[in-house]
Amino acid sequence: MRKFETHVQLIKYKVLKEVAKHAMEGTLMDEIFNIPKKIIPGPDPVTRCCVYKERAIIQERIKLATGGDKNNNNIIEVIDIACDECPINRFTVTEACRGCLAHRCSEVCPVGAIFHEGQRAHIDQDKCIECGKCKEVCSYNAIADVMRPCRKACNANALSIDRNKKAVIDNEKCIQCGACVYQCPFGAIMDKSFIVDVVNLLKEAKENKDIHVYAIVAPAISSQFTDVKIRQVITGIRKLGFHDVVEVALGADIVSLHEAKEFTESVTEKGVVTSSCCPAFVSYIEKNYPGLKDNISNTVSPMIAISRLIKHLDEKAKIVFIGPCTAKKMEIQREELKDDTDFVITFEELTALLDAAGIKLEECEEGVLNNASFFGRIFARSGGVSEAIKHVIEEEKLDVEFKPISCDGISECDKALKIARVNKLKGNFIEGMACKGGCIGGAASLNHGPKDKKEVDKYGKLAIETTVRDSLRVFDLDEINLDKKPRKDNN
Amino acid sequence: MKVINVCVGSACHLKGAYNVINKLQDLIKERNLEDKVEVKAAFCLGECTKAVAVKVDNGEIISVQEDNVEQFFNNHIIGG
Repeated sequence: MRKFETHVQLIKYKVLKEVAKHAMEGTLMDEIFNIPKKIIPGPDPVTRCCVYKERAIIQERIKLATGGDKNNNNIIEVIDIACDECPINRFTVTEACRGCLAHRCSEVCPVGAIFHEGQRAHIDQDKCIECGKCKEVCSYNAIADVMRPCRKACNANALSIDRNKKAVIDNEKCIQCGACVYQCPFGAIMDKSFIVDVVNLLKEAKENKDIHVYAIVAPAISSQFTDVKIRQVITGIRKLGFHDVVEVALGADIVSLHEAKEFTESVTEKGVVTSSCCPAFVSYIEKNYPGLKDNISNTVSPMIAISRLIKHLDEKAKIVFIGPCTAKKMEIQREELKDDTDFVITFEELTALLDAAGIKLEECEEGVLNNASFFGRIFARSGGVSEAIKHVIEEEKLDVEFKPISCDGISECDKALKIARVNKLKGNFIEGMACKGGCIGGAASLNHGPKDKKEVDKYGKLAIETTVRDSLRVFDLDEINLDKKPRKDNN
Repeated sequence: MKVINVCVGSACHLKGAYNVINKLQDLIKERNLEDKVEVKAAFCLGECTKAVAVKVDNGEIISVQEDNVEQFFNNHIIGG
């Protein structure tokens, strides 16, 4: 049995695997209502009040595993019925309450949730709407604010709790990083999955020789599979029916070269340039610092760069990105990037696909994956993008001063952006990664271990090409558009 | 125009595909064949055991190594 970090991952995996299996067998529509009972056989419930509720939640997970709510363009969705077990009442009265005369807490409470009994204030949690006003007014600081895991995880401030105490995502603020997905202890927040589309595409390609489905694999793969070799995973992916497996790190090499040049040309005018490879970070700037939008590098992300390269070289290509990231699912839906990468799946979903197809990784022979340089491969960790650009600037002898600020996680990004907004940043390049540690800490990673960073560098050193130039020496990149939007001087 | 497709998939890459491409480019230049022959990188041509896999136009897959690039060029491009 495969090992998972948490039971949340396990149950998600079970659902994805069943959905994938039936999609492969062409029985999904017939079996879709039988899956919950298969996963929750009963008769005793495990985490909820009864098996019927557990099965109802599984049904909701199946909905998300098959694409989710089509009317909601957010990749991340709350499973309402699964979001009700949070044991934490956000506001509680602590020992510090003196049972004072002023009663500012109950006076200020808009819903009459605070009452006084036995010389102490009490919060009627059924009435409390978690507005926090009582905490603000208490002279003794006696009201504690213990935030729910999902809200605590959300650094984009997109999560709130509604009147029914369910988590609600504000799509205007959500950057789809998936932090809440990973942190919710009940798995009540999930990312939509497109594995059924991928299964169908692979089936189609099997019949139609004019379709080549490429798997492009994010460099974060280095820290994903601990019990088997990456080389076995590559064979496994091929066995699923992919025409070829290509490293996104090659796209990262392309991006380093292009972004270094763009930086050199534009930094004087812009003052500060930010990286553009993390879609959640880009979205964070767009939503919270619209004034800095033009400072975002116009270079496409490594995923888009490699997709465009492959499609340029092979007109039959369809492309599936496999990575640790939920925000990438949103990135490919952006108007200016449509038609580049066809589908995005996560490492969690890859695992489900492999197992659904009965591919035993430990029995797979070792394949090969080597398309990029060390620098492309270290994009997976915080600091990697800056190192790669610095390397290109030195190698190409570009005449520019490069002072990067590497921001690890959205909170750090926010700090740097705040300072950049008032032109006080002690640097001229912001490398932004929404997830702590970089992509290796991605929400849909199978492992979030502390050793991951070392694994990335170790894996990077196995790359056959040493420099970015070496890695790109056989590609005619002039023929590939690497800009997100047409540059002004091209208009 | 003849097009030489050289596989740059991982297996071929590891067997020196990039050097094969660079050598072919040099040969084309040396012999002033830029208008007649073009080298293109291609992802997996489907015959990883023949690394480095090379295909001239839509022909058969030919296995080329770094040390027999010139021989391949003479036989299949000049003579072919």
